[in-house]
Amino acid sequence: MTNLTSANIRAWSRLGQMGTFFGVALLEIAKSRDSVKVLTADLAFLSGLNRFKTSYPDRFINVGIAEQNMIGIAAGLAMEGNCVFTTTYATFITMRSFEQIRHNLGYHNLNVKVIGSSAGLAMGMSGNTHYAIEDLSLIRTIPNLIVLSPADSVEAYMTALAAAESDLPIYIRLTGGLNCPIVYNESYDFSIGKSIMLREGGDVTIIASGTMVYVSLEAAKLLESYGISAAVINMHTIKPIDKEAIEIACKRSQLIVTVEEHNVVGGLGAAVSEYKSTLKNTPIQLFIGIPDTFCKPGDYKYLLDYYELSPNSIAQKIKKTMKQ
Amino acid sequence: MKCELINKFTVMAKSMRLNALKMALNAGNIGAHLGGGFSCIEIFAVMYGGIMNFNISDPMWDERDRFLVSKAHCVLAYYTALYEVGFISLEELETFESNGSFLAGHPMRNLKYGIEYSGGSLGLALSVGVGMAWDAKQKKRKNRVFVLLGDGECDEGSNWEAFMSASQFCLDNLIVIIDKNNLQYDGLTSEIMNLGNLSQKLMSFGWEVFEVNGHNVQAIYEILTLPIQGSKPRVIIADTIKGKGVSFMEGNREWHHKTLNQVQFETAISEIEREIIE
Repeated sequence: MTNLTSANIRAWSRLGQMGTFFGVALLEIAKSRDSVKVLTADLAFLSGLNRFKTSYPDRFINVGIAEQNMIGIAAGLAMEGNCVFTTTYATFITMRSFEQIRHNLGYHNLNVKVIGSSAGLAMGMSGNTHYAIEDLSLIRTIPNLIVLSPADSVEAYMTALAAAESDLPIYIRLTGGLNCPIVYNESYDFSIGKSIMLREGGDVTIIASGTMVYVSLEAAKLLESYGISAAVINMHTIKPIDKEAIEIACKRSQLIVTVEEHNVVGGLGAAVSEYKSTLKNTPIQLFIGIPDTFCKPGDYKYLLDYYELSPNSIAQKIKKTMKQ
Repeated sequence: MKCELINKFTVMAKSMRLNALKMALNAGNIGAHLGGGFSCIEIFAVMYGGIMNFNISDPMWDERDRFLVSKAHCVLAYYTALYEVGFISLEELETFESNGSFLAGHPMRNLKYGIEYSGGSLGLALSVGVGMAWDAKQKKRKNRVFVLLGDGECDEGSNWEAFMSASQFCLDNLIVIIDKNNLQYDGLTSEIMNLGNLSQKLMSFGWEVFEVNGHNVQAIYEILTLPIQGSKPRVIIADTIKGKGVSFMEGNREWHHKTLNQVQFETAISEIEREIIE
């Protein structure tokens, strides 16, 4: 494992989650594991896979623009004992090849990692075809699939290591672009299924994943200035969801808030509420995410502001709900 | 020797049809995929009777030939072949399509029983075969990877992504057999979705193409034993008749999936008993 020096952390932040995952973590993993294979659908340059391709040409396959074929080939490789990482944009890998993921990976329970890059709204001006805002809803319905969404570049690195250790099918949702805000300044324990309390607070618990973790931490600071004490949980594993953390949050808070760069239908908020609704006497839940709509095209920052996923918008919504 | 083998395939095919009819009858009102099962009986008889390398007592053997059955509704041919070579017992075969049985209407991966891939949704297996063949080449294993497709199934675009990639990756250890029975659920493939000149299409995709009468066991065997030359993947277009061997099923769209009643069963059995298919 690479030393998490502050210089490394800053460099990885500049690379973003995708650059760190493919340009750093996978290279490192492949060094000690011959069984690791990487497949892409014509997105090698963009994903930062050039060094991997050069270092391990016989462990890299570019299938061209054919996501369905990529997942099928990955399944065949996994059946032969390989640990296979597949990648392209989150929108294409989850939707174009959904049935291949369900049938080949879920039903056969294979050691294939599906890495969706530029999830959420990061594709900015490319428009709705390139926004992955339904990927969590889709993939988490498939039995056997594990669903992860790292908070920053360091955690993207941690998810890569954890995924390589597991022989299960895993979807990893990479959010944000280059210059991904830093949540983790040092190494920490990451384990699949175990969420992380990043900030304690007595009034509200904000449960977030992906880039929204950093945004939620910022929102919590604003809330503090309004006299509202907000806890922030990094729910990096959307499936299986951390039930214990939800139970504790429900006991301690007057309001549960879920924040996701995803459609509010079927994503993190839904995963939390599916469990929360089985518990007695729990606080209400505020769903913050993209309303059930196709989005206005715009750059990434514009989109986050427009869909009220900025620290200030989130803090205002929480403040308003707390007063009701 | 060769004569013995041919005779073995013929006897096997006949026994498979008789067992398949019993399975279909026992399935009762659930019915069974008779048409597309009977069109590929000879293909399965030759594959399991003389082509594939496998080891019943070591079903996970690394060097075994892989066989992915993509047109997975052909279980009447598939399961009866697995029974013929000893992967499945007669008692197990008789559980076909009964509640909780592992022998469902579409196969489920279970290497212990020789079932390499779960099927049911068309157009998904060839890509998997590409992955397996790629891996075998990387690891310098000698096994081959066979994939059985239906001609109707070739409507699925995912197959063509896989065809393209197999030639790109020079997978000469990958062999596709297309059971070309000219019918799909709704009717003639030429009318529903015409495949045109399939042979030329596949050649232009970089495959080495063979055509064969899919009910002639000797011809199938000869093509499948041709030595590999060059670096192209190989496809065998087997011209077949849907429902082959039972007069009222042959070429009849309705028998794609249907319930077999006692009278039909007896008629079919007597036809199979009488006829030795070439």
